Amino acid sequence: MSDDIETEFETEGVEKKFMFLNRKAPYGTIYALEMLETVLISAAFDQDVSLVFMDDGVYQLKKGCDTKSVNMKNFSSTYKALGDYDIQKLYVERESLEARGLTVDDLTEVVYEDEDDDWAEKPAIRVVSRDEIAVLMEEQDVVISA
Amino acid sequence: MSYEVNGKTIECDEEGYLEDIGEWSLDVAKIIAKDENLDMTDEHWEVIDYLREYYDEYQIAPAVRVLVKAIKKKFGPEKGNNKYLYELFPYGPAKQACKIAGLPKPTGCV
Amino acid sequence: MLHLVNKSPFERQAFESCLGVARKGSAILLIEDGVYAALKNTPFEAKVTEAIKDVKICVLGPDLEARGVDQVIEGVEVVDYGGFVDLTTEHNPVQSWL
Repeated sequence: MSDDIETEFETEGVEKKFMFLNRKAPYGTIYALEMLETVLISAAFDQDVSLVFMDDGVYQLKKGCDTKSVNMKNFSSTYKALGDYDIQKLYVERESLEARGLTVDDLTEVVYEDEDDDWAEKPAIRVVSRDEIAVLMEEQDVVISA
Repeated sequence: MSYEVNGKTIECDEEGYLEDIGEWSLDVAKIIAKDENLDMTDEHWEVIDYLREYYDEYQIAPAVRVLVKAIKKKFGPEKGNNKYLYELFPYGPAKQACKIAGLPKPTGCV
Repeated sequence: MLHLVNKSPFERQAFESCLGVARKGSAILLIEDGVYAALKNTPFEAKVTEAIKDVKICVLGPDLEARGVDQVIEGVEVVDYGGFVDLTTEHNPVQSWL
């Protein structure tokens, strides 16, 4: 049963820049969860991955989500695992936060370990302006949006 | 598909992963392990416990390389390597151990 | 009459259209992503505060909790599932803004 064997993919030399653009609130539709799963799967391919949260997408990172009484899986805590998957760049658009009365303190803490700095824990979330996102977006090979 | 545990039927998918993670118990784990032809030792259970803790915190089953890295961090390099973990779980430390731990198939495992 | 709004006011026009037609004595219940309209410090706060003078505005508590938000505008009533049922029996007709 060869499909039961976990496979390591050798993708050296074909690193591309992938941006996952999140614009939907987390629990009202399936988009945010589907995107998160796509991101976790894509992490197996050792690409240059960044995530952008803008518009209602910033609500995906809101801390303190408790889904018990709506009987849904609480995937808010899964964002904290992104650092383990070597995803180190979560860009959150400042204008979208401000329009919703939110600041970075309202967001889940996501950290990664920096290999080049003695594995020091560093914050993965960076609040950036719309203009900075525009620049980042143009640098990408692939942008996946939901 | 299902497992029979102490006279109770526990539903699983076609690959043997539990349909409802809430149905897991030590007895269920032992039955799944037997189904996988594994003789469980303390070393096996150490990984199973760790996976359940990881799921509890992050709501996902980690991919194999994430598991290896995390085990290395927690238990040291003599356990945090592919060889050690594949010896414990020959069909894949993430896939097979997650099944026994009652977790879904690892996210990011292809 | 009871208006149900389940879409984020940032993404869809449903909530503002609903405010436009909700008349004195009627009620609006915000559910699912509609709950974001009940929060302070958004562009919708002033409209909600104004509307509350004539219209009862409620928000479903479990949907707030799921989204990790609790800064509800003064005068907006947080209800549970039982309150949801009460609203649907007290008002007729019920209209869902899809």
